[in-house]
Amino acid sequence: MRPHRLTRRAVLFSSAAALTLATTGLRGPLMAQTPPGVLILGQVAEPKTLDPQAATAANDFRISVNVFDGLVRFKDGTLEVEPALAQSYEISEDGKIYTFALREGIKFHDGSDFNAEAVKFTFERMLKEDHPFANTGPFPLAFFFSSVVSVEAPDAKTAVFTLSEPYAPFLANLATPTGYIISPAAVEQHGADFGRNPSGTGPFKFAEWRANEMVAIEKNPDYWDGPAASDAIVFRPITDANTRTAEMLAGGLDIMVEVPPVTLSQFRNDQYHIVEAAGAHLWFLILNCQDGAFADKRVRQAANYAVNKEALVNDVLEGTATVAAGPTPAAFNWAVNNDLAPYPYDPEKARALLAEADTPNPKITFLVTEGGSGMLDPVAMGTAIQADLAAVGFDVTIQTYEWNTFLDQVNPGLSGKADMAEMAWMTNDPDTLPFLALRSDAFPDKGGFNSGYYSNPEVDDLLNRARVSTSQDERADLYKKMQVIVQDDAPWLFVANWKQNAVATAAVQGLVLQPSFLLTLKSVSKA
Amino acid sequence: MGRYILYRLISAVPVVLGITVIVFFIMSLIPGDPATAILGAYASPENVAKLNADLGLDKPMVQRYFIWLGNMLGGDFGRSFSLNRPVLDEVVERFSATLVLAGVSLLICSVLGIAAGVVSAARQYGLADKAITLAVLVGISIPSFFLGMLLILYFAVHLRWLPVSGMYEIYGGRTFGDLLRHMILPATALAAVATGVVARLSRGAMLEVLRQDYIRTARAKGVGEGGVIWRHALRAAMVSIIPVLGIQAGFVLSGAVYIEVVFQWPGVGRMLVDAILKRDLMLVQGGVTFVAACYVLFNIIVDVAQSLIDPRIKA
Repeated sequence: MRPHRLTRRAVLFSSAAALTLATTGLRGPLMAQTPPGVLILGQVAEPKTLDPQAATAANDFRISVNVFDGLVRFKDGTLEVEPALAQSYEISEDGKIYTFALREGIKFHDGSDFNAEAVKFTFERMLKEDHPFANTGPFPLAFFFSSVVSVEAPDAKTAVFTLSEPYAPFLANLATPTGYIISPAAVEQHGADFGRNPSGTGPFKFAEWRANEMVAIEKNPDYWDGPAASDAIVFRPITDANTRTAEMLAGGLDIMVEVPPVTLSQFRNDQYHIVEAAGAHLWFLILNCQDGAFADKRVRQAANYAVNKEALVNDVLEGTATVAAGPTPAAFNWAVNNDLAPYPYDPEKARALLAEADTPNPKITFLVTEGGSGMLDPVAMGTAIQADLAAVGFDVTIQTYEWNTFLDQVNPGLSGKADMAEMAWMTNDPDTLPFLALRSDAFPDKGGFNSGYYSNPEVDDLLNRARVSTSQDERADLYKKMQVIVQDDAPWLFVANWKQNAVATAAVQGLVLQPSFLLTLKSVSKA
Repeated sequence: MGRYILYRLISAVPVVLGITVIVFFIMSLIPGDPATAILGAYASPENVAKLNADLGLDKPMVQRYFIWLGNMLGGDFGRSFSLNRPVLDEVVERFSATLVLAGVSLLICSVLGIAAGVVSAARQYGLADKAITLAVLVGISIPSFFLGMLLILYFAVHLRWLPVSGMYEIYGGRTFGDLLRHMILPATALAAVATGVVARLSRGAMLEVLRQDYIRTARAKGVGEGGVIWRHALRAAMVSIIPVLGIQAGFVLSGAVYIEVVFQWPGVGRMLVDAILKRDLMLVQGGVTFVAACYVLFNIIVDVAQSLIDPRIKA
C-alpha cells in the first residue's frame, strides 16, 4: 500500500500547487483596469450590423450614432431637430419638397468626399429596388421614407427630396440612424459586408470588429464639429445581465448600459454614478375595444383607475420608469399636453364604473410576454396588474408567450383571442405611435398596429391633419387635443414611460443619455 | 480496422441527413418568423410579407429544404441575417472556441475524475473515499451555471484574481497565458458535473476489476500495489470508462451552452441560443447540422478508440 499512498499525496500536492500557481503567478498587471483614453462600454448584445440602413436595434444604433451623421440631428437632450450635415434646409409651401444646403469640405472616413451624390446614393440604395446596391439589404425600416418619391443632386452641395404627400415626421426620421449618410465608395468596395466595414462622417471611425468580443471605434481627428474627447471606444457585447454587472463591479468596464433595476443599488456609492433619462417610450396595455367587456368605455376606464401605476414603477421597476399620463410620452416635450394627469389609483371609482356598466365581474384574457424590446419586466408587471384588476372585480386569465410568438398573436389583432395585451413602443416622433396604432385606418387588416380596433373619427382627423402640417406649433396643438380624447376614450391602459439608465465609473465625465435612446459619446471622457 | 472506420463513416450519412430534416422542419414549425423578429414592434403584416420575400422565405417549405441542402453540399451554409455574415464562417469560428473550452473541461474531468475514482476504489470506505464521494456528490448536484456565478463573484469580483468573462483580454492579450486565465473559471464550472460522474463510474469499474482473479494473480506474482492499480486494473477498467467519457463529451458540449452565456464565452452554444431567439433560421440550421455532424464524428472516434483498447470489439 505504501507506494500508492505516496502517489496520492503527490497528486494532491501537485494539483494544489498548480492551482496556486495558476491563480497567483499568472495574474496579469492589467487585470481589472481599463486603458486611459479608451472607454470600454458594456453592451447588451453582439451588434447585427453597423450599416445604419440595415440596422433595427437600439444596440446597433449605440455604435452607428457615433460613426455616422444625418443631414439633421436631435438637439442635445431633446427630440427637436437641428441641422447637422446639412447647414440649413427649406420646406416648400405645400410641404412636399425639402431642399438641404450641405456643409462643404467634409470627407468620409475612407477619404472620399461627402456631397449631394452621397445623399442621393444613401436613399436610393434603400428605396429603389433596381439600385445596383439594393442587394446589400434588406432595409427593414425603409418605410420611414416610403413617402420619398425622388432624391436629386442638382449640384454637389444641394440635395432635394420630393415627397408624394406632406409628411411631418420626415425630418425626425432623417435624424434617426435609418437616415444617416453612408460612403458610396465604401459600399462599392465592400458590398454586403459594408455593415462590418462601415464608413461615415461621424466623430469616431470604425477600427475593428472581433466577433462576439468587441467592436472598437477610434477618434476622427478631422471631425467637422470638433474632435471627440476620447481616443477610442470599445463596445463589448455581454448578453447576460448578471455577468455584465459582475464585469462592471470587477472594473472591466467604464460604462454599462441597461442596468437591471434590481442591481442598481450595487452602484449607489461614490465609485460609480448612475445616469438616467426619460425616453420616448410608452408601456401600455392594448384593450380590445371591439368585442368583450372592454367594448364598453366605462369598463376600459375602470381598468385604468384600478391599476396602481405608482406601485408598478416604484416597486416592480424600482424607479426606472415614470407613470404615463396618456398616449404621448412626456419626452416629446413640445407635443405633450401638460394639463393631462394620469388616471389616479382609485379602486372605488373603478368598482362604481363597473357597476354602472352592469358588469361587476368582467372575464378578461390577458396576453403577457416573457421579454422583448422595451418590455421592461413584463411578467412581474403583468402579474401585478392582474392582482390590481382582480381587487376591483375583474376575473383575469394570463396567457404568456415568448416575444416573437407574442407579436404573432398581438399584431394581427386581438379579436377572438384576448381582451388585453402588453405592448411597448419607442419612437422618435409624436406622430409614429398614434398614427400607426390608434387610427381607424390602422386596423391590422389594413397593415397597421391598431390591434384593439379603437376607432374615433375625431382622433383620425386630428392625426391626419397633424401629419401633413409643416408647422410645429400647429402639430403640437393637434396632438394635445388628440391626447385628451384618447385618454378619456381609454383604448389603452396607460402604464409607464421608461427611464433608460447607465452606470459609469466615477472617472467617466460627460455621459448624458438622450430621449432618442441614441448614445452619443462624442463629449464623454475618462479622467 | 480501415474497413470498420469506413463502415462507421458511411452509416453516419443517413444520421446526419436525418438531423438536417429534423432541424429544418422544427425551425419552420415554431411560431414567430424571422421577419417578425427583425421588425419587432414595426412588424405589420405588410412589412412582414415584404421582408419574408426579401429573405426568400415565401417559397414552399419542401423547396426551401432542398435549396438549403443543395447549397450546403456545395459548401454554402447560407448567410445569417442576424449577424449579416456567412453561416459557416461564424459557426467554425465559434465552434473552435467551444471546442477549446469543452476540450479542456473534458481533460479536467477525465484526469481528475479517473484519478478520484481510482483513489477512492483503492481505499474503499477509507477517509479518502469518503471525502471524494462527498465532493463528487456536491459536484454532481450543483447546477453548472450557478457554480459559474459563484466562481465569478468570488474569484473575479471579490478577489479580482481572474477575469469575469470573455476568452481574451480586450487589449494586449491573445497569448496562451491570457487564454489560460480566462479559461480557469468556465472550464472548472463546466467540468464539475462531468468530473463527478466520471469519478463515480471509475470507482465502480475499478472495484469490479479489483475483485477479478487476475488481479489476485498479479499481486501473487509480487507486482507492487501501484503497478496493480494503475497498470493492471485501470487498463481493464478503462474499457467501461471510455464509453462514458464519450457520453460526457456530449454532456460537456451541451452544458457549454449555459457556461458560455454566464461567462460570455464566444462559443457555438451561446450563438445558437441567440440565433433561436432571433429566429435566425440559416444560423440555427447550419449551426445545429455542423455541431451534430461533429458529434457523430466524435462518437465514431470514441468507438474506434475503444476497439483499439478492447480487441473483442474489433470488426
